[in-house]
Parts: sequence; structure tokens; C-alpha cells
Amino acid sequence: MNNVIDKPIIIAENLTKQYAAKTVVNNLNLTVSEGEIFGLLGPNGTGKSTIILMMLGLTEPTAGSISIDGFNSTKEPIKVKRITGYLPERLGFYEDMTARQNLKYTADLNSVPAKDIEAKISEVLEIVGLEKNKNSLVRTFSKGMKQRLGIADVLVKDPRLVILDEPTEGLDIKIANQILENIQILNRQKNITFLICSHQLNLVQRICTRIGIMSKGNLIGEGRIDHLGRGLFSAGKYRIEIEVSEAPAQIIDKIKGLDKVLSVDKKENVIEITADEDVRSAISKLIIDNNLLLTRMNIKDSSLEDIYLKYFKEE
Amino acid sequence: MKGALTVFRKEIGDYFGSKIFIILLALIYIAGLGFAYLSIQAIKSAPMSTDQSLLVKVFIDEMFFLKLFTVGELRAIMTFNFVRFFGAFIPLIGILFGFNAINSERNSGNISRLLAQPIYRDSLINGKFLAGITTLTIMISSIVFIVMGIGLRAIGVPPSSEEILRILIFIFICIIYGMFWMSLSMLFSVLMKNVAAAILTAIPIWLFLTFFWPYIAPQLANQIVPVLDGATLATQLKNLSLSVDLMRISPFILFYEATAAIVDPTLGHLSLAVSDSDLSKLIANPLSLNQSFIQIWPQLIVIIMLAIICFAVSYIIFMKQEIRST
Repeated sequence: MNNVIDKPIIIAENLTKQYAAKTVVNNLNLTVSEGEIFGLLGPNGTGKSTIILMMLGLTEPTAGSISIDGFNSTKEPIKVKRITGYLPERLGFYEDMTARQNLKYTADLNSVPAKDIEAKISEVLEIVGLEKNKNSLVRTFSKGMKQRLGIADVLVKDPRLVILDEPTEGLDIKIANQILENIQILNRQKNITFLICSHQLNLVQRICTRIGIMSKGNLIGEGRIDHLGRGLFSAGKYRIEIEVSEAPAQIIDKIKGLDKVLSVDKKENVIEITADEDVRSAISKLIIDNNLLLTRMNIKDSSLEDIYLKYFKEE
Repeated sequence: MKGALTVFRKEIGDYFGSKIFIILLALIYIAGLGFAYLSIQAIKSAPMSTDQSLLVKVFIDEMFFLKLFTVGELRAIMTFNFVRFFGAFIPLIGILFGFNAINSERNSGNISRLLAQPIYRDSLINGKFLAGITTLTIMISSIVFIVMGIGLRAIGVPPSSEEILRILIFIFICIIYGMFWMSLSMLFSVLMKNVAAAILTAIPIWLFLTFFWPYIAPQLANQIVPVLDGATLATQLKNLSLSVDLMRISPFILFYEATAAIVDPTLGHLSLAVSDSDLSKLIANPLSLNQSFIQIWPQLIVIIMLAIICFAVSYIIFMKQEIRST
């Protein structure tokens, strides 16, 4: 995204949270810049939600500190919450109130000037496509509509930072994608920074400028998706695995000599190749030319899923 | 404070729109008007009446207007007048206003959304508490004023300034009493995640303290200080005062003593051991407001303290509770 400016909005320093003897968040150091869509990814129960609660000052860190736009979340939670929107994982609205009434309550709590409230409500409902449901009771809303209302609710306060906890959880893929698109548009048009916590990697990864991977309270990888992949698998975006009838040394050298091939690894008859491009046709040609039998060939691009699997293999 | 006011406004709106409020208001109005009717009948027929079944302590004296609230029907097992009805009914209002204050916000998932807004955490509980008290105040004072209005028209004797003052104090005690029950049930709403569990804990406590404890306490006193045949007067008195002291464990008794002394200035003492029929034989000798107040202040302080303690405990627990998203 071109609107990322190099000004940090979230800074976590040595952030630690312990419940009794259990460390839920361990020594987290993280910086998110304005204009980013940062994906904090990891399985459930790895401390993502706890980080959010500490960001909003709803839970105190055991050690370390976290600040939003220069305000310490623990000491100045009100200032933090004035500029930060938060969509909780278990989102709830007052079911006996209409969408408009629910949003009005949020607007009042945020001291939105009375004369601007109605216009603001219409505007945010328009963004999420619920304008015509403005005066319907929330109890009539589907899960997806409630989630969209949740986004509208967060936008009422004109936030600079929006924190979304599992925004696509339990939604069908079409609605989930709609919501993610909304997020992307808001990020571009209004320059709102997003922090998205999710365990749905493939879905969320698409729109993130950077991701961080959480495991057991630790941030174990952070950066741009492609960089993260490279750092993780010695090199190369493509990993090709072939199995041949026999693997003499000269064929290994020949594969190594191919353009764009970065490394070749041999384990008996299985050869693992990493490359910057899809070099499968060149490899198969090479093998056939050398009168060897190619029994199997697989390709993996190092998607987020691989990163994820790699990081969570031990669990 | 601004946050609390916003919560307050929303909650007030919720109360007045809720079915429970409308039902409670209807019940209290019907009962209030019923008692007003009974009192007016009793007062009107009193001077000429020889019917001893009516609990009539009506003398043409000062404090005539207050009879509206204290005169009742003696045919029932227990005299049930306006004041006693309030003593039984106000806790129910308090409980119904408080039992789902916090846990319903938690269960519906609204709480994390609310607390992510730029308000202090206590705004939520303060706003809700204030809204409850305000609604309670409106309910109680409106019915008392309606009864006063009807009474004024029916009896034609305007209340003296002291009587008005006594009625205002009566309303105040009612509100404090309701506040105690609301704080208690709010405490349960903070402690218990389950809304049904909260109300099913609060209601039996109310039933027990209001309807059973006043009967259990004398039995208990009899066990501790038995009054045998030929017991001395000292033993009997000891038994009696122990019984009264035990009864006062129930806030209902405290409320009853306090309000009775305020609206019935002829009550020179607060011993419950004297029955209503005995009382009617006493010579009416109304106490001044000052004297009545001296009679009730310990009761009043205890009710206020109970309300404050319950609210403070729920406040502290709520402030310390972890807000988890799941």
C-alpha cells in the first residue's frame, strides 16, 4: 500500500502478561505504522485477544508497555479509546434496539456532536451496505449483517486505528470477503490503520501489508508476507519436490546449474529444489534427457499456510 | 461523568420501555389505589363507626391526613396497609431492576464493545445504578402523590406542613430501601454470569427475610430464652427484646419500623411485640417529627449502610473483573 507512512501508531515494548503462573503474552515487541493493515495471526489461545485488551487498557500488562499514537494504554486508556475502534470477537448489540439506535448510543458515548450524529450514522451504514436496514431491530439481523454493523459501529467515532478480533469468524466466504474488501477500501480512502487478529490465514493474508505470527504467547515471525516466506524456507518462493528412480550426483549438479534455481537438496531418491520461478518443465526435461524415470513431482509455493504449518508443526 | 450520563439516559429509556416496568407500575398503582380506597372508606366511616373490625385509630386530631397511609383492614390475618404493601413490594422492584444489570451486558457481548468506548469503566455501573434509582423514585413518588391527591379530594382535609414533611421522609425511606435491594441484586448480577441464577438467588432472599424471618425470629428467641409457665416478667421481657432484636436482622423489619414511626406519629415505641389491636387501645399521643426521627434513625442508618455496602462491593468486584473477549 502506498499510503503507509513511516510513523508508528502502535508500539509494544517487552509486553508481557501473566495469568497466575501462565504466561499468555511473552515479551512482545511490535511496531505498527500508520496506514498499515497488520495481520496478527495465530491459532486460538495464543494471546492475540489479550494483546488487544492491553492495547485498549482493559487489562494491565504484567510487564512492559504498549502505546497507541503516543498514549500509554494503561495510563491513558480514555485517550487511546477515543481514536481506536475495536470490534470484539464475540460481538453483541442490543437486540431490541434498531441499528440506528445502537449506533447512536456508541456515538453518544464517543461524544459525537448531536448535530452530526444522524449524518454520521447514515454515512457508516452506507459504507457497510446496511443503509436500508437502518430502522430494523438488530434481532432480525443475520450473523453477517451484525458483523457489518460491527464495522459501522467502529467507524462512528472516526477512528485512526481499528482493531478487529476475528472479523471473519463464522461467516461464509462471500461475506467474509466483502468485509475484507470493505477494510481495504477504508484503509485506502480514509487512511485508517487496521490491526486484524485472526486464525484464518488464507482469508486474511490477502489484504495485509504485514503480518505477525503468534505462537504460545510469542511473536515468532513478523514482516511482509513474501519476506517472511523467504526467511523461513532457506530461500525461494517455489519449492519443488521430485522423486526419481535413481539420483546420481551429476543430475544434482545439472539441476543446480538451471537458471533461477537456488538450492537443491537430496535425500535418497527425493530431491528438493527451491527456485524463484516455476522450473518444473526444465527439470522434467533434464531428467528425461538423462534417461532417468521421474516417479513423482510436487510443487509448493510458500504461502502463508506453509509458514503457518511450519511454525505450528510442533503443536 | 459524561459517560455515566449517556449510560443513564439509555438505561432510563430502557426501563420506561420495558414490559417489566409497565407491569410493576400497573401493580403498584392498582394496589396503591386499592389501599387509598380502603383508607378513605375507613376514615369516612370512623367517627360514627362502632364496627371494631376496622382498625380505626382515627381521632379528629392533627396528623389526620397521614391516616391515608396507615389505616387498613383488620379482617385479614395481618393488617395490610399501604406502608406494609410498600415494604413487601419495593424489594421486588429493586431486584427486578438490578438482577441483569451487568451479566446481561456480558452475555450479550455488549460489554467489550461498550468498554472499548472512551468512558471509564465505572460509568457503566454508575449509570445503571442511577437510572434504577431514578426510575424507582418516579414510581414510588408518583403513586404516593396520586394517593395524596385522591385523599385530599375525598377527605377534604389538607395536609399540614409536618405531614407533608413526613410523607417526603416516607418516600425517602422507600427509595433507600429499594436502593438496598437493587444494589443487592446488582451484586448478584456482577457475581453470577447467569441471569436466571442471579434472580433465583435474590428472590428467595427477599421471600425469606420478608415473609419467613419475622415468624422464625420469635421461635428462635423462645429457644434461647424459654418462657415457661410462671416465668418472671424479666424473663418475658428478655425474650421479647431478643425476639425483636433478631427480627431486625431482616431489612424488612427495619423498613417497617422506620416507616411506621414516620407515618404514624402515635407510635411511641417500636416494639413489634405489641399487636395492632393492642395499639388501637393506646391513647393517641402523637410524637413530634423530631421525636419520631430519633426513633427511626438507627433503622435508617442501617438501611443506608446496607445499600452502600452492597453497591460498593459490586462496584469493586466489577472494576476488578477481567474483561475477556471470550
